[in-house]
Amino acid sequence: MNGTLPFGSLIQLGTADFLIIGIYFVFVLGIGVYLKHFAETGESFFMANREMTAWIAGLAFLSANLGALELIGWAGNTYQYGIMAAHWYWIGAIPAMLFLGLIMMPFYYISKTHSVPGYLHLRFGPAARSLSAITFAFMTVLMSGVNMFAMAKVMAVVLGWNFDFSIWMSALTVAVYVGLGGLLSAIFNEVLQFMLIWFGALLIPILGLVEAGGWSGMVERIHKNVPLIHPNSPTTDYTHMWSVMDKSGNNPMGMHWTGIVFGLGAVLAMGYWTTDFLVVQRVLTAKDLRSAKMAPIIGAAFKMIVPFIVILPGLLGLALLPDRLYPEDQLGAHPGAHSYNDVLPLLLARYCGPGLLGLGITALIAGFMSGMAGNVSAFSTVWTYDIYRPLMKPVASDAHYVAMGRWSTGIGVLVSIGTAYLVQEFASIMDYVQALFSFFIAPLFGTVLLGMLWKRATGAGGFWGLLAGISSSIGMFLWVKFDHDTAIRYVALSPQATAMAENMYSALWAGLICVGVTVLISLLTTPKTDSELAGLVRGCTPIPSEGDYPLLQRPVFWAVVVGVGCVILNIIFW
Amino acid sequence: MKKHVSIWFVIGLQLALFGLIIAVISVYGIFVPPAQTVVLGELHPGIYWGVLMLTLGVFYTVKFRPK
Repeated sequence: MNGTLPFGSLIQLGTADFLIIGIYFVFVLGIGVYLKHFAETGESFFMANREMTAWIAGLAFLSANLGALELIGWAGNTYQYGIMAAHWYWIGAIPAMLFLGLIMMPFYYISKTHSVPGYLHLRFGPAARSLSAITFAFMTVLMSGVNMFAMAKVMAVVLGWNFDFSIWMSALTVAVYVGLGGLLSAIFNEVLQFMLIWFGALLIPILGLVEAGGWSGMVERIHKNVPLIHPNSPTTDYTHMWSVMDKSGNNPMGMHWTGIVFGLGAVLAMGYWTTDFLVVQRVLTAKDLRSAKMAPIIGAAFKMIVPFIVILPGLLGLALLPDRLYPEDQLGAHPGAHSYNDVLPLLLARYCGPGLLGLGITALIAGFMSGMAGNVSAFSTVWTYDIYRPLMKPVASDAHYVAMGRWSTGIGVLVSIGTAYLVQEFASIMDYVQALFSFFIAPLFGTVLLGMLWKRATGAGGFWGLLAGISSSIGMFLWVKFDHDTAIRYVALSPQATAMAENMYSALWAGLICVGVTVLISLLTTPKTDSELAGLVRGCTPIPSEGDYPLLQRPVFWAVVVGVGCVILNIIFW
Repeated sequence: MKKHVSIWFVIGLQLALFGLIIAVISVYGIFVPPAQTVVLGELHPGIYWGVLMLTLGVFYTVKFRPK
């Protein structure tokens, strides 16, 4: 029996596929119900008892990032920009993840903070904490709504599912399992979802390479197809990452290598992977400092191979799909055509028969839900511990805060649903939310980094630096929005810069402004004493040596292994 | 303090179940081909993939079963 689906969907599911999807939902909800009894205290609900092994914390750390826009979006971006999209993995993630594990994690962990705003409170005082917590909470639920909208849209195009059904089904499932089992349940499900994502998506690049005749066969087809698919592209070389970046006009992204190295690698990626509480929260649940340092390194090792299931399908789409795909905003001019974002579902439909198709769709749903759960659980913690407790109810029982955590999970989901419908009505909101979120991250990185590494940084410096960074990033965004041709020359250093290049450079400038203002004001104000900074800042915090561990158990050894692997990959695809 | 089951046990259960479904439906597809054909379907990837998932799933389920 085939499912009866509306005309126009890319994929038709059969009984076995529905069975797999149904079993997945039973597992996910069952985990939430089962773990409710293990999440009755604040420490268990919000911090998963800080008992996770390095492997579980590391995989959850990565899985929380494998959200709605990751699988579908980056495969689509690869179809648009070629293998350059892999920069967002190899330079735009691995160094930052290793930096988090080796340099920053000891301070997060030893300070025993429950969140990134919580660390800012310990280091810079309540003003910096409140600014970062309110911004984070606000942006997180909005981002969750944007992801939800993206998921419902994909489900409508790919499966023909009703928009409302997709939104409410996924949102209520996440609300139930995170609301019941808290972070413990979110992490359990994230590791489960991580495995499903791999098993569901891995077959596509394997079969694609078989069909294309291996890597060389794929590259040959891409060179042949690119002039037809991207007639306005400045190059047909879509299979090299660095050699096309000597000038911004030489590559499809309109990006100079400095934008990637400094804007993406040094600021935006560092900001996201080391200060976005959505991902950092997973690592804070590690059972000891060594595990906390190892978790991001394990995450980095897997992140390094995620391009195999995201970037490679995008390249295979360029090489093998018989019909040309178009950007979303050009679909109106090409009735019946598919968008860049459909490349992964199209390949899924191309290679996967009954059963495998259900597994692939389950992998997509798992990706969507792990991202959403990450947002909601992080929101719940920050709302309860960094906004509600200090600003509204400083004294209450642990049980009261757990109850607030459960309520805020539900409310966070409802606000996300509202945002998803808002985006449906006003599509431009999506651009604003995504841009503001990424811009917020860059200054936060500057503040946290100075807080951890420079003991002269003061509370006033931290707060005003963060505020200046956020304000300047919003200002640059609005300037480009309303006076694009002039602003883009200054903000992104090139009149041909794409929105992606603009994001990179805006992040770089916002990070630098934050650091500059923080340093300036810190030098004009009185710092804390060394004893007040114990456990928070390098030089005032004794960090346990790894010397007692055998070589194979030392985080620094594995960080070097992953780092060398990353360098080799960059050289291979130079 | 109560101890919950290992996450790897749960993962093993799910992989085994999914692997079994995929392997069975793929073997069935040899005798009764599905209406929609797929590229490289003649390689029967579902059988190999299903058996791989089933094997890994059984291994994890047994190794991390609640004691």
